[in-house]
Amino acid sequence: MTKFIDLTLSGISDGAVYAAVALALVLIWRATRIVNFAQGAMLMITTFIASAVINAGASYVVGFIVALATGLIFGAVVERVLIRPVEDKPPLNAVIVTLGLYTLLVAVAGMIWGNQPRAFPAAFSLQGYKVGGTTLLFAPNDTFIVVVVVVVAILLALLFRRTTLGLQMRAAAFAPEVARLLGARVGRMFTLGWALAAVAGSIAGVLVAPSVFLGPNNFDPILISGFVAAVLGGLDSPPGAVIGGIVLGLALSYVSGYEGSALAPLAALVILVIVLMVRPGGLFSVARERRV
Amino acid sequence: MRRGRSLGRVGESTLLRSLLVIVVVGLLALGLSEVITPYRNTQLATGAYFFAVLAGLTILAGLGGKISLGHGALMAVGAYTVALLVGNEHWPLAGALAAAALVSLVIGIPIGAAASRLHGPYLAGATLALAVGLPALADKFPATFGGENGLVLNPPTPPSWLGSNFSLERWEAWICCAGALVVLFVLYNLVHSGIGRSLRAVRDDSIAASLCGLRVGRTQTFAFMISAGCAGLGGGLLTVVNQLAQPGAFPLQLSLSLLTGVVLGGLGSLTGAAWGAALLVFLPSWTNDLAHSFSLSTQVSFNLPLAIYGVILIGAMLLWPTGIQGGIASLAALVRRRLPASARLRVDSGARPGHR
Repeated sequence: MTKFIDLTLSGISDGAVYAAVALALVLIWRATRIVNFAQGAMLMITTFIASAVINAGASYVVGFIVALATGLIFGAVVERVLIRPVEDKPPLNAVIVTLGLYTLLVAVAGMIWGNQPRAFPAAFSLQGYKVGGTTLLFAPNDTFIVVVVVVVAILLALLFRRTTLGLQMRAAAFAPEVARLLGARVGRMFTLGWALAAVAGSIAGVLVAPSVFLGPNNFDPILISGFVAAVLGGLDSPPGAVIGGIVLGLALSYVSGYEGSALAPLAALVILVIVLMVRPGGLFSVARERRV
Repeated sequence: MRRGRSLGRVGESTLLRSLLVIVVVGLLALGLSEVITPYRNTQLATGAYFFAVLAGLTILAGLGGKISLGHGALMAVGAYTVALLVGNEHWPLAGALAAAALVSLVIGIPIGAAASRLHGPYLAGATLALAVGLPALADKFPATFGGENGLVLNPPTPPSWLGSNFSLERWEAWICCAGALVVLFVLYNLVHSGIGRSLRAVRDDSIAASLCGLRVGRTQTFAFMISAGCAGLGGGLLTVVNQLAQPGAFPLQLSLSLLTGVVLGGLGSLTGAAWGAALLVFLPSWTNDLAHSFSLSTQVSFNLPLAIYGVILIGAMLLWPTGIQGGIASLAALVRRRLPASARLRVDSGARPGHR
């Protein structure tokens, strides 16, 4: 029973990170109808930069802010330079470009920082809370992770629902031509979507790095989980991404707790395939027509 | 078109034409393995198994319109099948290789059935999860698959009638080239058959194709099966060359380098697959030499091929989406347009690269 509680708690904390990555993927999907397979590598780079800043003597908070700022610029530059030319091409082209970016970033990180994973500091203690003599698998740092992700999700929701900018972004994504006629700067909205997504990704990277360590390939499973979480939620809905992230975090936590962590990526695959078979539009989708 | 009766007939029958191609390519490979060093023979073997995988993948992508990032994992399936059958069950190598293709093909059925219902980024994500997840099974069952260390395969011995100083590397090159030729034969006939036409129809407009009576799902599952079988055979051949099947040989990077190979060569083109295989063989050794001559650190030289793959993937999509073979085809078209009509040869339209 203790194990079950432990797995549930650590599942929630993992799920919060997946939710953040899923949010990043959803933001990009909403803006440009592209799945950014380079997301895992982009957040890896910003986390490495945060690590370099912290190692140079700056505080954790400064490192965190630097990661967010580089993420913002990085996302915007990637959209402008690499993605803009393939936005109106067949979807396969964009997939290949983002995979190429992934490959390039992983190689560049390996060249600069080496392929050996290194430690990354946590914001708060990793020592679990003590309840009546037993130590739970949930530490102050996990509370921090969950709180940060919830705050990010709420801020994004407010941006999309309560501000003119959010309305323009939704309009640009929903009907680019009409939005352009009505005066929305559609291209800028796309860039902004990518930039915000990269920020959400950077947050996820800094949050998860203490537990998965920092290396060129250490965030690959996080990207897969984030993708599965996003598909669970329907790829189109930020609240869906958060719920999908938590559901997947719990599921994978139980699988790796009871069956071994080697099975977790395969479990994610099985969940993904089942969801895509049964409800291709995600758990919260409505039926759509097909056009000839 | 009519250039003598017998030649014309060979040109019209796909089966005969493919046999002609096989014989010519096979003789070339045979002669090549005679004159090159053992090191080059290993490279020839490597190129041959990469060709087997890339050919299957390029048919899937170019004709089926489906992208797979999971073919590295399917290679692992073939590799472990060969290592287990030869190591534990003492099967002859040829039988084990056939079994490797068959096992991957069977595993490809459920994946293909799922893939036929997915498209674009969904399929890429699902196969990506496969590439990351499947090799981890070796850790889950260390008793069967040997964990991180993998399974060792005894090197094949060249038959005695080839002489005593026939090198192992050359024998491996022969085995791998034979495998690659089988793949070439099967795929060449497939592309030019009714199935190939159905695949193209389904790729171009799946709803219209289904209205014409084609079974969309079944056709695409079939394409995935075939390409999975090719990947399994390629993985089995890889084990023959490396004499080792281990999870570390099938990282996500392998699947991405395979993708680079097919994109560079041009999606849907078998000749393009040969270009891609050459890239995968020579690029690592070139970058190694480059790193040596500029005395770069090991962590730079180790990552250089990967960086180049990334640049190729991005650059090809932004600047030259048809790949090398597409470039050659458009050059040829340019030349043909300047020739009189009577001198024009019929050229197969092939696949339209970069198409969904």
